[in-house]
Amino acid sequence: MPKTRPIHATVQRAASGRYSAARLFLEGLIGHRGWSRAWHKATPRSRYRVVIVGAGGQGLATAYYLATEFGISDVAVIEKGPLGLGNVGRNTTIIRSNYFRPDNVRFYDYSLRLWEGLERQLNFNAMVSQRGTLNLFHTESQRDLFTRRANGMRLLSVDALALDRDAVKSLVPLIDLDNGRYPVLGGFLQPRGGTVRHDAVAWGYARAASAAGVDIIEHCEVTGIHREGDRVRGVETPYGRVAADVVCLAVAGHSSRLAAMAGLRLPIETHVLQAFVSEPIKPVLDVVLTYGAGHFYVSQSDKGGLVFGGGIDGYNSYGQRGTLPMAEEVAAAGLTLMPSLARLRILRQWGGVMDMSMDGSPIISRTPLTGLLLNCGWCYGGFKAIPAGGMATAHLIARGEPHPLAAHLDLDRYAAGRTLDERGLGPFPYVH
Amino acid sequence: MTGKAVLRIPCPWCGVRDEVEFRYRGDASLSRPGLAASLAECCAQTYERTNPSGWHLEWWLHVGGCRKLLKLVRHTLTHEIHAVGQAQDRLTAPPEVPPP
Repeated sequence: MPKTRPIHATVQRAASGRYSAARLFLEGLIGHRGWSRAWHKATPRSRYRVVIVGAGGQGLATAYYLATEFGISDVAVIEKGPLGLGNVGRNTTIIRSNYFRPDNVRFYDYSLRLWEGLERQLNFNAMVSQRGTLNLFHTESQRDLFTRRANGMRLLSVDALALDRDAVKSLVPLIDLDNGRYPVLGGFLQPRGGTVRHDAVAWGYARAASAAGVDIIEHCEVTGIHREGDRVRGVETPYGRVAADVVCLAVAGHSSRLAAMAGLRLPIETHVLQAFVSEPIKPVLDVVLTYGAGHFYVSQSDKGGLVFGGGIDGYNSYGQRGTLPMAEEVAAAGLTLMPSLARLRILRQWGGVMDMSMDGSPIISRTPLTGLLLNCGWCYGGFKAIPAGGMATAHLIARGEPHPLAAHLDLDRYAAGRTLDERGLGPFPYVH
Repeated sequence: MTGKAVLRIPCPWCGVRDEVEFRYRGDASLSRPGLAASLAECCAQTYERTNPSGWHLEWWLHVGGCRKLLKLVRHTLTHEIHAVGQAQDRLTAPPEVPPP
């Protein structure tokens, strides 16, 4: 636990300073006594221009871009618990933009481009590692579908490479190509995909937003939304009412609960998604690998653990854990693909609650209530979209109109028949 | 927090079985709007959900057993099952107890 010193807020903000190798060296000479808090621990004022509920990836990124890109720093980010312990700290850290629909490819590739310059911009090492994401296919028809998707991506100048069996084998020698159940026919590689250290994303955005003047208020649960007619005026907290011109909800699996406080029903169901990490081993896997015939995706962390996950448990749940049948399904899929993992022991398992939307695509939108905006519906794809989601939400707040690359993510699309269903599954969140 | 490793669902026809035999079929509190319903009502029924953190009335299909549709009142935080019934049964949720 670093020693905290009573410094005035503004001084403390500046005291975080720039991080650099030279500073690390100099701090080493004086016993690392010069470091201070990365972000200022604020208590809420009675009014802000913008209040963002939820200090996760999306909320913090929105606050950061509001302050730095749109010149609005009169912003509070209010968080129920400690910062970054929701889904931004629970995901499997994958970034990619290999989507099917052109509007989704454009949006997620914008996010990927923002990831590429993020660490320099935030002055924070988020360990962005573009090691490539490899999606395997196991049937002829799956190859056709993936080829169509890859061609669509390439038409939009997004990278996608087709790999044959030999190329897959040389990239990931552990794969059992001729497994008895679903032999691997090949794969598609997105070289710019990869992983990012997820906690560092929350910390980096929090530090940079705080330095830009944003108040980050942890351990402050929003207990109500103050509404006058069709206008939202602020939020109720244990510190009292916090008034705001704009309230933005970025609370992932708890979106429906917060929206209900304002009297809204959302096209969202909350489901639990599990993830797992194995004991650390020597490097065996240097891409992000997804199995095409079941729920299994895996990468190896820098500590050596294999980080992997599967699908949602499949029924509404606010319990941040998960049950064993999905754990068994994920393990079975993993062993079909890489039988040599059988001896590996699982170190940890955890769950996070996902805001599963009715079409499997996110919502960055105004609502029927003036002054209330939504950033939700990320299903299990919110992490990779943090930079673009934050930028698009900040754009919507500051300009009052959707970001050009996120205009399709509006709430009205359901009633208008413009749903964004990547896989054509229909309005059933438990199968997305 | 107490949790369950596996849901054990008491099927009215087959008895208590593991969740792997069942397939979830969503919120059972919704009813199809009438023929005279407006577009807005139809959209609300198709897309909007209460999505409670608490007791939830829901459909499950016993695909690996009797293949019948059943209704559950299950708690979405603790996964406790309060009541089970046939499709036509009217089930009610117990009063919500605030978490400790």
